[in-house]
Amino acid sequence: MAFHIPEDYYYTKEHEWAQVDENIVTVGITEFAQDQLGEIVYVELPEEGQKITQGQTFGVIESVKAVSDLYAPVSGTVIEVNMALGDDPSVLNDDPVNEGWLVRIEMDTEKELANLMRAPDYKKLISEK
Amino acid sequence: MKKTPLAETHEKLGARMVDFAGWYMPVQYVGLREEHNNVRNNVGLFDVSHMGEVRVKGPKALETLEWLTTNDVAKLNDGEAQYSLLPNDQGGLVDDIIVYCLKKNEDYLVCVNASNKDKDFAWMTKHNKGADMTDESDKWGQIAIQGPKALELCDRVFGFKVSEMKPFTLKAGEFQNHKIMVATTGYTGEKGCEVFVEAAGTAALWMTLLEQGKDLGVQSIGLGARDTLRTEMKYSLYGHEIDDTTNPYEAGLGWVIKPAKKDFMGKALIVGKKEAGLKQNLVGFKMLEKGIPRQGYSLFSFDNKEIGKVTSGTHSPTLDEPIGIAYIDTEFAKEGTEFLLDIRGRKVKAVVCKTPFVTK
Repeated sequence: MAFHIPEDYYYTKEHEWAQVDENIVTVGITEFAQDQLGEIVYVELPEEGQKITQGQTFGVIESVKAVSDLYAPVSGTVIEVNMALGDDPSVLNDDPVNEGWLVRIEMDTEKELANLMRAPDYKKLISEK
Repeated sequence: MKKTPLAETHEKLGARMVDFAGWYMPVQYVGLREEHNNVRNNVGLFDVSHMGEVRVKGPKALETLEWLTTNDVAKLNDGEAQYSLLPNDQGGLVDDIIVYCLKKNEDYLVCVNASNKDKDFAWMTKHNKGADMTDESDKWGQIAIQGPKALELCDRVFGFKVSEMKPFTLKAGEFQNHKIMVATTGYTGEKGCEVFVEAAGTAALWMTLLEQGKDLGVQSIGLGARDTLRTEMKYSLYGHEIDDTTNPYEAGLGWVIKPAKKDFMGKALIVGKKEAGLKQNLVGFKMLEKGIPRQGYSLFSFDNKEIGKVTSGTHSPTLDEPIGIAYIDTEFAKEGTEFLLDIRGRKVKAVVCKTPFVTK
């Protein structure tokens, strides 16, 4: 199956994506992740103003069959939460890379981006799965 | 990993394969929810070949099974099946099983859980009262055909009227020169059957069922939907609702225990616990606040006392809401009783409800 993996995004090994616009980072899960999870039925996200830390869990996604933690791609402060997912988490299955974004974070330091993967490496990671 | 005779078929059909109790099994094909709904609305095929089959024969067959199981095996006539339990000597359960009577008094087939097969066979052999006991698990493939249109499909494929068979009965036949046994049992709450077929004929039977059932909307179904379907019916699953420490009365399985009719392994301990008063009950519950229950989550009273544990939980595809099964202290087990569920540190309200969650 071919997944849409935008070239200009960053990726975690736990299958989150991060789109960086100056110091604002939009975070979501990849198409590969939603495909593995199956039907997503519930999302637990942090509140605005909450601090999150790179590599730490900041929320939970539940599919019909399993619970999965969400891992923060960068450290920073949550400035916006995608409230639409509370009403209709299936958006995460339909369009995880755009409409299904989870949170926007004001990033503490750009340096942490060096710890993330770029698209070619992420493609390689999932091709090995 | 062990493979069923259908492993290649699943791969060809595009299933996502996983390790399930050491078996290479399909977890889903097109999607859990679609597969689940297709079983509720049309018909689905399940590969249950990984389940074990123990053949118990000879003059001591009945005596042995009466001792090993809790239900009244003597009641079974040729071609009848019975849900039953394999108790241990500690008042708990080795497994839950189905006993099929091939010939009264002298020939039975016991179908056991895949994950317990070796344990069950060793246990049954150790406590054998002189029956001729063999593990026939490699001999048989097994396909479950379930859903409101299942029996129509079976009638087309098996050459006899499966639709006229009573529930929990068994009939032998042939499919492309392979022996089959069609049993009107199942694990989804739908009409249908479970077919034992000689291993070499299993793949051909699966493809024939798909072909012949096209206009009925037949689909291959993975283990994911099998679990949500059985949870909606509150059917027990070993490792969730049942284990070696389970008192069957607490699990709501008192109806398959016949202490008045016979002696059986562990009887005094099992019945004694009931007479002393059950401490907990297995109940179904629904959420009153957001969250999905999962196995192992704790239940709390409103004065913060731990009162139980979740055994199974999921988002019900049929009801489109979270449902759960839990052991709960008896005083809280009454329908309508509210309690708190600890979801990863967050306590949310839930309520004991009527089961099965889905009724037809």
